[in-house]
Amino acid sequence: MGEFRMPSLGADMTEGTLLEWLVRPGDVVHRGDVVAVVDTSKSAIDVEVFQDGRVERLLVEPGTTVPVGQPLALLSDEGAAGSTAPPAPVPVAASAPVPEPHEAHIAASPFARRRAVELGVDLSSVSGHGGVISVADVERAAAGREESATVAPVSSPAPVSSPAPEASSHARAMREAIAALMARSKKEIPHYYLTLDIDLHTSLGWLTSRNAGLPVDARVVPAALLLKAVAVAAAEFPEMNGHVVDGAYRPADRVNLGVAVALRGGGLMAPALVDADRLDLDALMTAMKDLVARARGGRLRSSEMSDGTLTVTNLGEQGAQSVHGVIYPPQVALVGFGRIAERPVALEGLLGVHPVTTATLAADHRVSDGHRGGLFLARIAELLDEPENLVGGRP
Amino acid sequence: MNAQDSHDLVLRVIAQIAPDVDVGSLDEDRDMRRELDLDSLDFQTLVERIAEETGVQIPETDYPQVRSLRGMAEYVAAAGTPSA
Repeated sequence: MGEFRMPSLGADMTEGTLLEWLVRPGDVVHRGDVVAVVDTSKSAIDVEVFQDGRVERLLVEPGTTVPVGQPLALLSDEGAAGSTAPPAPVPVAASAPVPEPHEAHIAASPFARRRAVELGVDLSSVSGHGGVISVADVERAAAGREESATVAPVSSPAPVSSPAPEASSHARAMREAIAALMARSKKEIPHYYLTLDIDLHTSLGWLTSRNAGLPVDARVVPAALLLKAVAVAAAEFPEMNGHVVDGAYRPADRVNLGVAVALRGGGLMAPALVDADRLDLDALMTAMKDLVARARGGRLRSSEMSDGTLTVTNLGEQGAQSVHGVIYPPQVALVGFGRIAERPVALEGLLGVHPVTTATLAADHRVSDGHRGGLFLARIAELLDEPENLVGGRP
Repeated sequence: MNAQDSHDLVLRVIAQIAPDVDVGSLDEDRDMRRELDLDSLDFQTLVERIAEETGVQIPETDYPQVRSLRGMAEYVAAAGTPSA
């Protein structure tokens, strides 16, 4: 008999609210299956189970907030033993472990999920506009239900008229979570910072001609190339890619690249692209699009929330020139890219104008020194100078 | 597709990508990346959805022409109209 517990979905999480069970007692589950949806201060997360088994009993009702580590369900071993099909092997080859889109799930924002639980609204009965259910849709559904049931005593005390306090309290919770994590990072981690300008003339020229022959949905954006270069370099620099646990450094044996995603309306998440170095460039682009869309739409998986080994923050096309980032504990490094801009560069004694980004590294002095950090940034620049080598996945 | 149709289409796609934006109050001549706070992935998604809905594949070399709402709507209207 095993227990399925409230997972820690990031170093800043102390409790979570069970929003929805996706399994029932008697169901057979396999390691990696999504079994529940949990709301953290940041988002609704699809939670995966870590073992094979059969669901014996659900211990916690949807809508309940419990601390990390509390058992949520009991699992028995029997169903797993009886099944002849082995669990899917961890993909290691060129085949991309792109997370499956959650077609079977209902698309709803994290706020909307939380509100639906509060108001007792079944999300499957709500129609969203633009394909995604919003708080307003949920409240409209709740209001309609109450209007149609005027005779029956309505037990729900929740006000239906003011969505703003709920949204702002969620924003506040997220801000507090970010603040706590970043304060801890600044207190515990002796950061050092390095900067390197990287000339992207070669890589962007190559990318432009590659994209020119492709339909829109097959084009790769520069950010994907930058992420790929960091992932490949990280596999070669174990002191940049891992975690400090109980005061000791544990290098990771794979590269799960955290991608800092700014949320519309404020806030930040850094879900991970699992095995980013092993993805070929097209698969990485697809996975990044999917990850960012789900981070903003509120459908991330627990492994993506907790398994990042190194994070990249990319200021994109409109941002500032460089970012000296704050490391996500328990990780030990963060790579930043400032916006790509045309800048004067020296070329064999003459001046030219090339697209340039300023790459930065924030790294943990408990684990590495500036010398190695400098080599790490230089390796990223070197990889970007030979973009055709970044097309395939690392074996 | 006439100019009004393509304008409405672009607004509809924008409402999916940036649901928090009041599309009625947009400055139609401003760079949408600024006006709507779109990152490169959002812009890519916008171009993808336009291609899905209209079949118009905007090459990257033409992106400077479609950075504003008006530019995008005019481009799609012109490209979606078979030339006689």
